[in-house]
Amino acid sequence: MSIVKQFMAKIREINTRYAKPKVEMSPVIKLSLAGLRVYLLVLVLLLLYKFITVLQVAR
Amino acid sequence: MDFFSTFYYRTKQVWKSTKMYLAIAGPGLVVMIADNDAGGITTYAATGAQYGYHLIWFLLLLIPIAYYVQEMTVRLGAVTKRGHAEAIFESFGAFWGWFSLLDLMIVDWLTLVTEFVGMTAALKIFGVPALLTVVGVIGLMGIIVLNGRYWTWEKIALGFCLLNLVYVPAAFMVNPSVKDIVGNGFIPNLPGGLSNELFFLLMANIGTTIAPWMLFFQQSSVVDKGLHEKDIKMGKADTLLGAVITVFVAIFIVVVTGTLLKGVPIDDASTAAVMLMKMNHLTGTLLAIGLFDAGLLGAICISLASSWAFGEIFGWAHSLNTNVKQAPWFYASYFFTLITAGVVPLIPGAPLVLITLFVQVIAVTLLPAALVFLILLLNDKKTMGDYVNTPTQNWITGGIVVGIIILSTLYGVSALFPNLLK
Repeated sequence: MSIVKQFMAKIREINTRYAKPKVEMSPVIKLSLAGLRVYLLVLVLLLLYKFITVLQVAR
Repeated sequence: MDFFSTFYYRTKQVWKSTKMYLAIAGPGLVVMIADNDAGGITTYAATGAQYGYHLIWFLLLLIPIAYYVQEMTVRLGAVTKRGHAEAIFESFGAFWGWFSLLDLMIVDWLTLVTEFVGMTAALKIFGVPALLTVVGVIGLMGIIVLNGRYWTWEKIALGFCLLNLVYVPAAFMVNPSVKDIVGNGFIPNLPGGLSNELFFLLMANIGTTIAPWMLFFQQSSVVDKGLHEKDIKMGKADTLLGAVITVFVAIFIVVVTGTLLKGVPIDDASTAAVMLMKMNHLTGTLLAIGLFDAGLLGAICISLASSWAFGEIFGWAHSLNTNVKQAPWFYASYFFTLITAGVVPLIPGAPLVLITLFVQVIAVTLLPAALVFLILLLNDKKTMGDYVNTPTQNWITGGIVVGIIILSTLYGVSALFPNLLK
């Protein structure tokens, strides 16, 4: 149990350490990161769709 | 007298540069040649079997693409002295950091499974049971990393890189027509037009040349080796040489299968090796040996890429210059990844085809993200100083990255929905 607690504490520490991005958030960077979020969201939705259709076929 | 003094001066200069290169050589060569992993060998074998020599020109195009992407990791590693995962965490925050780390962990593990599949299939040709191959490989990789020195690990890895050249004599053995290679292979053409099959194969070739783990691996490797800003020039030369060798090895594989197996459908390289053995025993044997070596080299690098990344973020000691006592978590994560991936091909009825599909799709999700972060990091003047991307470098790398994002997305979608692009 203590190992899990230690691990969670480490993750919290990492999240705190890297809470604030160091790179200057210029419009280009903001746009790139927003584009990346949209891209990943679309890909995740596609994966979900594929998963559901595979399940339906399996039934 | 003037001639002799000039000659002496030039020779001394060349010797000095060669010695300097030999000291710095390693990360670029290893990452590029390891890129010809088990999956890569299958892709090149299938390319030759399906289209003969017709796509050699396309492979040549991959040299500058691979070089320009990978040289950025040399500069980033040498200037920041941080691995790729740590650089993303620090520059873009915890959200993108965790995303990159978890994505890397999943894609590395799945790719590692495919390396073990390749290695067990290759040695099965020689009658070695899969269990013995897996145990032997894990043991060998343990010996390689546990010596406690990056230098030794790198030289052993370079030795395995040399073995990757077995495809060169194999290509000469099949007596290909040089006229046909030059005539069909060096003039850009799309045999039969841009069909779904051709597009899939072209994308597979790009996917095997630029993989997400390579960015993480080379940057961490540059840091572990201790390269500095002054070494960047040689590090870039090392990367360029590696890119040239990896593509030339790929061309020799295409020549072998394009000569002997043209028109034969190839699903994996071990099947190609068995078929070749029936026609030319030695060539088939060399292909099988090369496949095992490719899987081993891929496994050596991929497992390290994950362990380095974890070490960087969790703050564990994470250098090959440390021993097990000094870096227990680094070695534990290395062996954990290795053993769990090695077990999969031993499971009867394991969904290996599904795993291969997942490798393609998940690699697609990480590659654009990793490339976008790479370009943004290389444009951070505050961090990179004089080594920040120049406008020309931005145009070249930006063009490559946009192209790869579009093509790899299409590849991922076509892997998920094979009938969509027909």
